[in-house]
Amino acid sequence: MFSATSLNRKNDRKEMVVRWLLGGMTGLLVLPVVVILSVLVYKGGPVISFEFLFTTPTKGMTAGGIFPALLGTILLVICALLASVPLGIASAIYLSEYAPDNWLTRAINLAIINLAGVPSIVHALFGLGAFVIFFRFGTSILAASLTLAIMTLPVVIVATRESLQAVPYAFREACWNMGATRWQTIRRIVLPNAVTGILTGVILEVCRTAGETAPIMFTGAAFFLPLLPQSVFDQTMALSLHLFVVATQVPNMPEGVPYGVALVLIAMVLIMNSLSIALRMYLRGRKKW
Amino acid sequence: MVVAGAQKDEIPHLAVRDLTIRYKQFTALENVSLEVRRNEIFGIIGPANAGKTSLLKAINRMDMFDSSMRVQGLITFNGIDTRKVRNVYGLRRRIGVVFPLPVGLPLSVYDNVALAPRLAGTKTRADLDVIVERCLRRAAVWDEVKDRLTALGSLLSGGQQQRLTIARALSQEPELLMLDEFSIAVDPVTTMRIEDVLKELKKEISIILVTNLVQQARRLADRTAFFLDGKCIETAVTEDLFTGAVQDQRTRDYVEGRFG
Amino acid sequence: MEQSQAQSPSPPCDTRFDRLNSDWYIDKLAQVLMFVGGISVIVFIVGIFVFVSIEGFGFLVGKFEFSEFFFSPDWRPTSQTKETYGILALMAGTASVTGFAMLVAIPFSLGAAIYIAEFSSGKTREFLKITVELLAAIPSVVWGFIGLAIMNPLIIQVFHVPVGLNILNAGIILGLMAAPIMTSIAEDALKAVPDRYREAAEAMGATRWQMIYRVVLPAAKNGLLGAVLLGVGRGFGETMAVLMATGHSINLPTSVFDSVRALTATIAAELGETAVGSNHYQALFAIGIFLFAVTFVINLAADLIVRGVRKG
Repeated sequence: MFSATSLNRKNDRKEMVVRWLLGGMTGLLVLPVVVILSVLVYKGGPVISFEFLFTTPTKGMTAGGIFPALLGTILLVICALLASVPLGIASAIYLSEYAPDNWLTRAINLAIINLAGVPSIVHALFGLGAFVIFFRFGTSILAASLTLAIMTLPVVIVATRESLQAVPYAFREACWNMGATRWQTIRRIVLPNAVTGILTGVILEVCRTAGETAPIMFTGAAFFLPLLPQSVFDQTMALSLHLFVVATQVPNMPEGVPYGVALVLIAMVLIMNSLSIALRMYLRGRKKW
Repeated sequence: MVVAGAQKDEIPHLAVRDLTIRYKQFTALENVSLEVRRNEIFGIIGPANAGKTSLLKAINRMDMFDSSMRVQGLITFNGIDTRKVRNVYGLRRRIGVVFPLPVGLPLSVYDNVALAPRLAGTKTRADLDVIVERCLRRAAVWDEVKDRLTALGSLLSGGQQQRLTIARALSQEPELLMLDEFSIAVDPVTTMRIEDVLKELKKEISIILVTNLVQQARRLADRTAFFLDGKCIETAVTEDLFTGAVQDQRTRDYVEGRFG
Repeated sequence: MEQSQAQSPSPPCDTRFDRLNSDWYIDKLAQVLMFVGGISVIVFIVGIFVFVSIEGFGFLVGKFEFSEFFFSPDWRPTSQTKETYGILALMAGTASVTGFAMLVAIPFSLGAAIYIAEFSSGKTREFLKITVELLAAIPSVVWGFIGLAIMNPLIIQVFHVPVGLNILNAGIILGLMAAPIMTSIAEDALKAVPDRYREAAEAMGATRWQMIYRVVLPAAKNGLLGAVLLGVGRGFGETMAVLMATGHSINLPTSVFDSVRALTATIAAELGETAVGSNHYQALFAIGIFLFAVTFVINLAADLIVRGVRKG
């Protein structure tokens, strides 16, 4: 009964054009991921081997493996997690369960947003001034991981707070009505049901921490270290710094090695990210209320 | 306001004097006074928005969590001023409350009912088993869940969750049990079963029964108060309300169904 | 009344409930600990400002001259004859790279956000969202490496210029880095527009695009602006990718093929060579203070604008 007028047809054509245009733009955004991964795999893949991953470099870093850097990154990530996760969870619990609606709470929220936006080199300067110099930790795993911890704190806080707030308020009221204290309610009902969300945040933090270069450059990571670190006060190598130096400053580097390092680094990050995404999809399927 | 049959020497279980509750600009309750004696069922009837739920919230100090709620006046429990109590959690443990919104906690049915005893210090499985079964039986839901004690409480049906809420309140072993329209999510047959339980419980504890069902108050309550628009119009021995031997015309109108 | 504890209420009143027990103390302790965690963030952000300022303080009271610092393009801290600390060229470097990046990223991010939020659904939408997330996960040093190893020869080949490390290179890279966060915030802003706006437009016979263009976009404009600001902040503060992809000449750029040096890259490149406490060292910290202040303002503005969205 209704037949398309010429105006309708024109609008529909316009819509098609727009659809394709926007779809193309999205594709162009998505394409680089594919291209980059392909190039890295193509040029870096041949370099990857058991030796590459698990032996130490030789001949002035131009041969051998990247094991100390790999180990160093893992160490830094673990230490940063140890510092930031408990603090981040406590902070998120405060914001979600205790904080009244006043200026202090607004200030805290503002601080979180700003902390997340501070340039990584400024974090490096802070780490240098505070941990290396003022607290006299020297350039060390300790200083570097504390710097990383503060840098990634906002990620943990935001993820934790969101998953705490996803627990329905009615559950808390039911517990309070029975005489449970706030802490008992948090410990028995709220936190356990927020754990998966917290895990997602932690994994995200791991991803960011592993890839950072600037904050560790001046606070504890170094390029050429003959020994593996023996304590938290020692320096360490790290994948991200290794990539930076190997790509820019080492002459006579065999061509595949930087690609190999980049591939390892990106593989680490992408695997962890996929874990986080998989976890979230699992969460969505498992309804508890 | 009329109070019937007060005995001078006994300290009431719960006493309310000149209670006024305000939410920002809105006055929910104004100068309400009443007493709940030991081992009685005290009914509160009245149309919606008469302030009945606010009264219960003030009694167990849940206003602590609502920053817009302002409470003035005196509420004493066992003679202690509830607003000056040191351990407010202890107060809430002695007072059980069932609100009309059924809430099954995301724990197993067993853990739902075992939560309060565990918080109170009961540890052994045998003791907990006894308490869980007793409370679920009293809440008239034992037969339906006895083979599913590990099922999640938050995934039960609405009526089952409401009875689970009642079971949780009973598991506190409270001195005072407050029920706010408990039969809304529950079918009539189960309601009767629970009413029988309440009549039994009266021998051990005191009960405040807020209800929309005037006949329910008649069946269960020893004394009943009528609330309207935030004021307690009158309190009387229940039978007097229904035989018309009351002072206030509005009470009579409500009881006889002319409004509500 | 049965009780699991071995007490019976002694007539007439049992007031033993009103005792401070371990539960009460634990709860209070937990409250304190959580509060400490809560304000720790404020402590850290203030700490960052304080410690960076302390190290740069010497420069500020010593060799700092306002007009030279902000208006001179001569950044020569290691000169034997006359040290100068003008960051104009560096600011131009940051501005040009960030500006170009935004030119690239804004249309693409907004386009992608509109496509994902309004035109796609189900599995396609999931796939697109995941890919955008993965794009965001790539570390900046890897981006820098790509700029060096892939974009560099590509630009030399395609545009026939002698050097491929320039504004174009870093701009595209930075655009790709900032795009995911802009896309995701823009998407949130679009999703926040209530469905009833869309339904009203559809009821009037608008096509999908007309509905988006005339109803949804204007309604979401605050959130979209916030997304752009956040992207700018991200671009402004980026260090490693810019360091590796812009080349190393400090000059005021005249074309996208010029090599430049950004503020962040300068600190990263030169800090290792300075002596702690020297003028150069302190000057770099002073740049750090400047960076902190600018990103603070940008993030504050973005937050105010985005929060305005959620309230209205």
